[in-house]
Amino acid sequence: MPVKFPDFRPRRDTFPEKLWTRCPSCSEQLFNKALEKSLRVCPSCGHHFRVSSAERLAHLLDPGTFEERDPGLSSQDPLGFVDQKPYPDRLAAARLATGLTDAAVWGFGLIEDHRVAILVMDFGFMGGSMGAVVGEKVARAAEGALAARVPLVIVSASGGARMQEGTLALMQLAKTMAALERLRAAGVPYVSVMSDPTTGGVFASYAAMGDVNLAEPNALIGFAGARVGAGTIGQELPPGFQRAEFLFRHGFVDRVVARADLRRELAALLRYLAPGAAEAGRG
Amino acid sequence: MVDRILGRGPKAAGPAPEAAPAPTAADQKAEVWARVQLARNLRRPRTLELLAAMADEVIELHGDRLFGDDEAIVAGFARIGSHRVAVVGQQKGADTEENIRRSFGMPHPEGYRKAMRVMELAERSGLPVVTFVDVPGAHPGPESEERGIAEAIARSVGLMTRLRTPIVTVITGEGGSGGALAIAVGDVVLALENAVYSVISPEGCASILWRTTDEASTAAAAMRMTAAEQQALGVVDHVIPEPDGGAHTDHEETGRRLKAAIVRELDRLAAIPIDLLVDQRYRRYRSLGAYTEVVTEGPAPVAPPRGGLADRLRGLIEAGSRAIPAPLQVGRRDEPPAREDV
Repeated sequence: MPVKFPDFRPRRDTFPEKLWTRCPSCSEQLFNKALEKSLRVCPSCGHHFRVSSAERLAHLLDPGTFEERDPGLSSQDPLGFVDQKPYPDRLAAARLATGLTDAAVWGFGLIEDHRVAILVMDFGFMGGSMGAVVGEKVARAAEGALAARVPLVIVSASGGARMQEGTLALMQLAKTMAALERLRAAGVPYVSVMSDPTTGGVFASYAAMGDVNLAEPNALIGFAGARVGAGTIGQELPPGFQRAEFLFRHGFVDRVVARADLRRELAALLRYLAPGAAEAGRG
Repeated sequence: MVDRILGRGPKAAGPAPEAAPAPTAADQKAEVWARVQLARNLRRPRTLELLAAMADEVIELHGDRLFGDDEAIVAGFARIGSHRVAVVGQQKGADTEENIRRSFGMPHPEGYRKAMRVMELAERSGLPVVTFVDVPGAHPGPESEERGIAEAIARSVGLMTRLRTPIVTVITGEGGSGGALAIAVGDVVLALENAVYSVISPEGCASILWRTTDEASTAAAAMRMTAAEQQALGVVDHVIPEPDGGAHTDHEETGRRLKAAIVRELDRLAAIPIDLLVDQRYRRYRSLGAYTEVVTEGPAPVAPPRGGLADRLRGLIEAGSRAIPAPLQVGRRDEPPAREDV
């Protein structure tokens, strides 16, 4: 049977890089370099663009302090899953497009001299979906935080569990919650940061369960996809449904924090949650 | 290669009859879809019907003490054989009127909070927990989100991973995603023969990956959602045969078979010291999932392997087909895996 390999030619090399981005919220044309400078937040309307895991780490951590752990984990294809194309092809395409091995990166680093275990998700890798690797990294981050007795910070950006891994992806909810329960029992703090989007199985496991829950403005945060919900129930959705401010109003988010303030807010919270961690960080 | 594209690896799950001609993809799809229909059969026995068939006594408890009583989940006490246990299960309605009362078996947050209340009570009272899972999914409406359906599911899953009492879970019908898992974290997971278990409904999967719900049966086959396939993946431990024609044809017989399996598991789990039991449960869920690990020193190697595109893809594909047998080994209840990174 002839196999047609997908075309993975890196298009960036053949076309000049885009210089301008149009803000989807206020339609302003933004110069990309200026956008990077403003942490990918629209200077005119405050729209928060999605950011990659590398950009997120750069925004939050003290420069040069990130030590990545477990970079060698990569997903298998336990179901032999094929939809429009085989799952291994989708993985290969995502790897080539992002330079990542999966949708999460974890390690240790400093936030204003506070040592933390930090895991950031990357929506660019198959919608930030949670399969075995993301679940494993979250569990190892929690276990790593527990062993080092430093706070855990998780920045979520995910459409939910990865369908291509079937119920094994669903089981990552149990895996991650099991590890977080041990962290909680040991009294090690955990701060969850929800960015756009945080939905499905990721919201229904570790993202919702921080000792403190932060969210970026207007981030989509919800359990059932709006399409699924509206289609099943046939009900009108309230305005602002499943946005960060909606979650805040209903008591599931402690603070809605603009990206520019996130690092400072995290550091301030850590001074209450783990007063000893700053000294450990300097040591 | 062809096998892999058809999703039928040589070591793939499923009781393939040896003498019969190899089933085609279409046959397999039809068979899986028939099971999905059986799992959704309107006359399939639910939690209360199964308890009626196998328990000498049932005392239902109501309310989550926070908001209300969600009738999509029933919870309480029951005596099964010689065991007094706490029970939690989803309950679909038998007719339209009952279905409206029970939200078509789709629990709101208060349902899961009632379940957690009863499970914590069981822990304090030293009662084992038996759960019955049959749910299309948690209720997806706005009021469900407003009251924190995701938080309720996450909290319930977390509670069950650390509950200091034995937990026997039975997938009796539809195991629909997080709404199912919220009461399905157990020391042992049983499934009725025609039960199904999936990360998303086949219709939801098809509408996202195939852009049409017409491909629901294709999605159902691709997700390997039948009880037998879930057993092969290590998500389900034992499959309980149903009476000929399906569980809906004979509630009494289904209950009798299920009772024997539940009593056997309760007897076995009662003999395990609680610290060991909770630790084994942790390791069971900690080890589920298929991945490879390359241990490297220093920073991550981002450079792609040498060779052309075809070589790289072939490498990935071979890694993929090697992946198939590995997860099939995990999750045997009696001997927890020696290594966690399977």
